[in-house]
Amino acid sequence: MNHLIVMPILVPLIAGLALLLNRDGSATPRRIVGLTATALLVAVCAMLVFQSTDDTIRYYALGDWQPPFGIILVLDRLSAMMVMLTAVLAFGSLLFASAGGDEEGSNFQGLFQLQLMGINGAFLTGDLFNLFVFFEVLLIASYSLLMHGGGKARIHSGFHYVALNLAGSALFLIGVGVLYGALGTLNMADMAARVAELDGDRRVLVEAGALLLLVVFALKAAMLPLYFWLPRAYASAPAPVAALFAIMTKVGVYAIIRVFTLIFGPQAGSLAGLAQPWVWWLALATLALGGVGVLSARDLRTQAAYLIVLSVGTLLAGVGMNSTAANAALLYYLMHTTLVTGGLFLLAETISIQRGKAGARIVRGRAVHQIALLGGLFLLAAMTVAGVPPFSGAIGKALLLQSASPAQQPWLWPILLISSLAAIVALSRTGSTLFWRASSSEKNTDKHEKNPEREQADKGEKPEKGRKEAVSAGPLRIAGLLVLLGASPVLMLFAGPLTEFTHATAEQLADHEAYIQAILVRDSMGDGS
Amino acid sequence: MEALYAMTTGILAASGLFLALRGRTFPVVVGLTLLSYAVNLFLFSMGGLQAGAAAVIDDSGNYTDPLPQALVLTAIVIGFAMTAFSVILAMRARADLGSDHVNGNRVDESREERS
Repeated sequence: MNHLIVMPILVPLIAGLALLLNRDGSATPRRIVGLTATALLVAVCAMLVFQSTDDTIRYYALGDWQPPFGIILVLDRLSAMMVMLTAVLAFGSLLFASAGGDEEGSNFQGLFQLQLMGINGAFLTGDLFNLFVFFEVLLIASYSLLMHGGGKARIHSGFHYVALNLAGSALFLIGVGVLYGALGTLNMADMAARVAELDGDRRVLVEAGALLLLVVFALKAAMLPLYFWLPRAYASAPAPVAALFAIMTKVGVYAIIRVFTLIFGPQAGSLAGLAQPWVWWLALATLALGGVGVLSARDLRTQAAYLIVLSVGTLLAGVGMNSTAANAALLYYLMHTTLVTGGLFLLAETISIQRGKAGARIVRGRAVHQIALLGGLFLLAAMTVAGVPPFSGAIGKALLLQSASPAQQPWLWPILLISSLAAIVALSRTGSTLFWRASSSEKNTDKHEKNPEREQADKGEKPEKGRKEAVSAGPLRIAGLLVLLGASPVLMLFAGPLTEFTHATAEQLADHEAYIQAILVRDSMGDGS
Repeated sequence: MEALYAMTTGILAASGLFLALRGRTFPVVVGLTLLSYAVNLFLFSMGGLQAGAAAVIDDSGNYTDPLPQALVLTAIVIGFAMTAFSVILAMRARADLGSDHVNGNRVDESREERS
């Protein structure tokens, strides 16, 4: 059996447990273990992506129990792409965190690995109940990570986040229960096969269960009526955690894609595509409100959080279009947006450290020290996120606009383009306030020769850990920033092969017959179908 | 039996939901706990309710669906851990924010000051 598939779960699990055992003492060994494990994860995931490109759908039967009876992990192009994305994002965030942020509280490195395990598991699992279990694994790690370092804002938004997600988990279980009661299986491929043979009453039950799942996934993905927890939670989270959380909304998007294109694909008869109309309209509304949020944000981190809402709206609009071209476009956009918004959180933290008291608030304040580096990175990030032509955001958005059918164009084009315009306006205002208006005020203080004193005062006020090296970002922080923000030019340069990959992924997604066959063919004796 | 079971589950879920929408952290935690009990009961019944059947398997062939039992065990364990975590978090919030209100407002204090 191909044991590589289980590695994205095992590597962080083992590393995480080892890190939880070693909780005291010097931080260096923990950082080395954490970074090594994450680098190993990147390598493993790259191999998985390479394996997945031959278009066979592989599965790993845990305990060698054959599907649909045992628990399986499924590797297809989509899941390989998602774990790869997670690994790269995690590596960048962890590099950044290892510069000092991880020692603000305890157990950062261990929890980080366990969260990675949950995310990877959610992407790889081929079983609906295990999707729930891995959701819980990633959530409980994220609860602690969100509050890493403590502070009123984090505890406050943390409680909201925990309470909402507990309620979401309850709904998830009800949905899973209803689906199990009606279909008699939880293996996704088996469910997809059985949905086709439903009779009247059970069909209604399955529809109710499926829409309950949609609510849960929409909560995770932060779709419109359920996104209000996100800006606060992400804005108050420590930067590397917020960066990693950029993939968490995508777990919700992934779950929507997986469940509603596979289980409720065209073979499902009247239940086919039952979520897409909901997703389409709510995604457009999310886009519109995300644009308003980006404009109204008074803090760079809140702005980055609203940019996540904006990206979720864009992605879900792609899901709602429900075509192969749209899926291919949204997967390319997903790679871009996850890495770049993650990088934007790291950048916000770096800028806020260097600005002293003004922090990440979009007000006139002290100038940053590394103005060329940070300004350049901000320009790159802003142009990419907003979708200004040469960069990856523009490619993703253009592909998405192109894939809209004539009936969808009048809705998608204006909303997506206006929200992008809102992002451009907001980000250029932020950039000019942070970098240009500030530098003039620093000149004033230079004249009065107050700058060194001020710095000392600031240092005196905030002697906490992590704020010590307030002067300039160290090599680890810059490396972390470059891994995430540097992804944008890479995605742009390799847009050709990458869009080929996402297109093949979308075609594989559309071909659920192949998926069902790949999972269930070996046990056609015992399945009874 | 089904009607009684359904009503019990429904009342538990309704009470849980009501409490979860309260303004203070303790009722919210209790509400979420009740909700998770209701969900566990619901999940348990998904294989169909049977009286006098074996839990897993026996010779007569009269046994209940074991899978929901396995699922509900997992759900109980997870729910328990989450409840413990949210209790600790509520206490931490009370200590750090000086208020047990979910929005962090000192509702009572300000009212007392006004009156």
